[in-house]
Amino acid sequence: MITTNPSLDQEKQSRNDLNEMLQEIFALTWRLFIQLIRRPSTLFAGILQPLIWLLLFAALFSNAPIDFLPGGSSYGEFLGAGLIVFTAFSGALNAGLPLMFDREFGFLNRLLVAPLSSRSSIVISSVIYITSISLLQSFAIMATSALLGYGWPSMGGLLLIVITLLLLVFAITGLSLGLAFVLPGHIELIAIIFIANLPVLFASTALAPISFMPEWLGWIASINPLTFAIEPIRMAYHNSVDLNAVLINAPYGEVNGYSCLATLLILTVGLFFLIRPLLNRKLA
Amino acid sequence: MFFIQLRDLFKSYGSVRALNGLNLQVPKGSLYGLLGPNGAGKSTALRIICTLLAPDSGSVEVGGSNALLEEKETRRRLGYVAQDVAIDKILTGRELLQLQGDLYHLDKKHKKKRIEELILRLDMHDWIDRRCGSFSGGMKRRLDLASGLLHEPELLILDEPTVGLDIESRSVIWGLLKELRNNETTILLSSHYLEEVDELADEMAIIDQGKVIASGKPDNLKKELGGDRVTLRVREFSDEVEAESVRKLIKNINGVSNVVVNQKQGYSLNFLVQSNDVISNLSGHLSKENFEVFALSHSRPSLDDVYLQATGKTLMDAELELAGKRDFKLENKKSMR
Repeated sequence: MITTNPSLDQEKQSRNDLNEMLQEIFALTWRLFIQLIRRPSTLFAGILQPLIWLLLFAALFSNAPIDFLPGGSSYGEFLGAGLIVFTAFSGALNAGLPLMFDREFGFLNRLLVAPLSSRSSIVISSVIYITSISLLQSFAIMATSALLGYGWPSMGGLLLIVITLLLLVFAITGLSLGLAFVLPGHIELIAIIFIANLPVLFASTALAPISFMPEWLGWIASINPLTFAIEPIRMAYHNSVDLNAVLINAPYGEVNGYSCLATLLILTVGLFFLIRPLLNRKLA
Repeated sequence: MFFIQLRDLFKSYGSVRALNGLNLQVPKGSLYGLLGPNGAGKSTALRIICTLLAPDSGSVEVGGSNALLEEKETRRRLGYVAQDVAIDKILTGRELLQLQGDLYHLDKKHKKKRIEELILRLDMHDWIDRRCGSFSGGMKRRLDLASGLLHEPELLILDEPTVGLDIESRSVIWGLLKELRNNETTILLSSHYLEEVDELADEMAIIDQGKVIASGKPDNLKKELGGDRVTLRVREFSDEVEAESVRKLIKNINGVSNVVVNQKQGYSLNFLVQSNDVISNLSGHLSKENFEVFALSHSRPSLDDVYLQATGKTLMDAELELAGKRDFKLENKKSMR
C-alpha cells in the first residue's frame, strides 16, 4: 500500500514552485540583458553623461576658493560622490521604461497569459536588471574618477557605497515601475523622467554643499533622498567610515551616517508598500 | 462534452458594451469558429477566456475548471495567439521560443525538442535565428503560433490568426490547425473571414453586438436558410418605400422565404428560393405590379447569407458601420494592463 506524507508533498510542491519561479526570473532577466547587449547605447550614455559632467564641472569650479568646500577637498573629489549617486538614480528612474514598452506593445500580455509561478517574477527581473546596470555604471564612474586622481574608497567605504546605492536604486526602481503601470504611455513616463532628473540633482548636495545654498534650497536639499545617499558615499571617499559622524548640517539639525541609511531604508520600504497594492492589482 | 462554457458574459469599456450576455459552448476536440465583424466582441471574449480580462459578470469554465478562480490552472492548459503579434524585436525567433518555454516551465531537453519540432512543422528553419524585428507579418504570425503551441496546450485560442497574411503563411497555418484538430486539440478561432471559418470550423457561432446570434455547424446553418440565395434590384438605387413594396410582393410568392431589405446595398432585396422555377417566374410577378428586374444574382447560400439573415446586413457592411463607432484609443487603454 502506498502512503504519502502531506508535509513532504507540501515541501516538494513549494520546492517545485521556487524552482519554477527561479526559471522565470532567470529567463526574464536574461531577455533584458540580451536587449542591452544588442542595444548598448543606453548603457554607454548612462556612463558618458556623468563622465562629461565630471570633466566639465570639475574644470568649471577648479579655481573655486579653498574654503568653498568642507574639508578643503578639490571640486572633482567633491563632485565624484554626487555623480555616482546621480548615475544610479538616473538608471533606476528609467527602470519602468522596458516594462512600459512591454505594456504598450502587448508583450506584457504574453507574459501574463503564461502560468507564471508568481507574477512578481516580472518585477523582480526588472529590479535585478536595473540594479546590475546601475551598479555597473556607478563603478565605471568610480573607476574613471580614480584614474583622474580623485581617489578610491577603502574596503569598508566600498561596502558602504554598495549598500547606499542598493537602497537608493531599490527605492527609485520601485517608484519607476509603479509609474510604468499608472501612466498611460511611455511619452508620459519619459516626461516625468526629464522633469525629475535634473531638478532633483540640483536640489541635492551633489554639486554644492548646503552651506553654499540659499536657505530655501538648503531645506529642499536636506530632505532630498539623493543627499542622504551622496553624503555617506562622500564620507566613504574622504574619511574613515564612521556612521556616527555628522554628514549633513541640515537647517532642521544634524544628520549622521546611520540616519542617512535609515532614511533611505524607510524610503525603500515605504515605496514598496505604496506600490505593492498597485502591482497586485495590475498583475492580478 | 464541452471544453469551454461561457454563460451570460457582460463586459463594458466605459460606456461601450463589448459583451452583452454572451453564451458559448465549445465542444472538446473541435475547431470552433467565432465569426463577426471587428468590434463585435470576439477579442474581448477570447481575452476573458485567456484570463487577461475579467468580465463585469458571468461565468467562464475551461476544461471543467472555473477560469475566473483557477487562473493559473487555466493558463497552463491554453495557448493564446493574439490578434496583434507581440514579439520582442531584439530577440531572435529561437530566443523568443526559449523564453516562452521557460515561462511555461518546460525542462531544458523537452524545450529543445519541442522548439525543433515546431521549427520543422512551421517551416521556420531558414529564418528562426534572425532577429524578430526583421520578420514579415507571416513569419511573425508563424512564430507566434509556435509559441502558443510550445507547451502542447489542450486548448489553442487564436484571435484573427490570418489577418493580412500572404497565401503561403495562411496555408501553413490552416494546415497546422487541421492537423491539431485531428489530434483532439480544442481550437477556438475568431475571424471575420467567412471562407476561413467555412473551411476550418467544425462548429461556429456568429457574434453581433456582444452576443451570439446564431450557432451550429456551418453547413447546417447554411442549410437552415432553406434554399438558394437571390439578390434582386428593381432599380439601380431604390428607396425605402419602393423596397418595402417589393418585399411585400415577393414574400407572398410561393417558394420564397426570408426576404430581407439590405439598406446598405441600395435597398436591394435578399431572399431564399426553393427552386429555379421560382426565379423564372419572378419577373412575371414583378411586372404585374409595374416593377422591373434591374439586376438579379443567384447563388448557393454562404455564411454571409447566414449573417445577413440574422442581422439584416452583410458582414462587410457591419464592419464598416462598427469601424465608425469604435473608440480605439479607449479600447487600447483598457486592453493595457
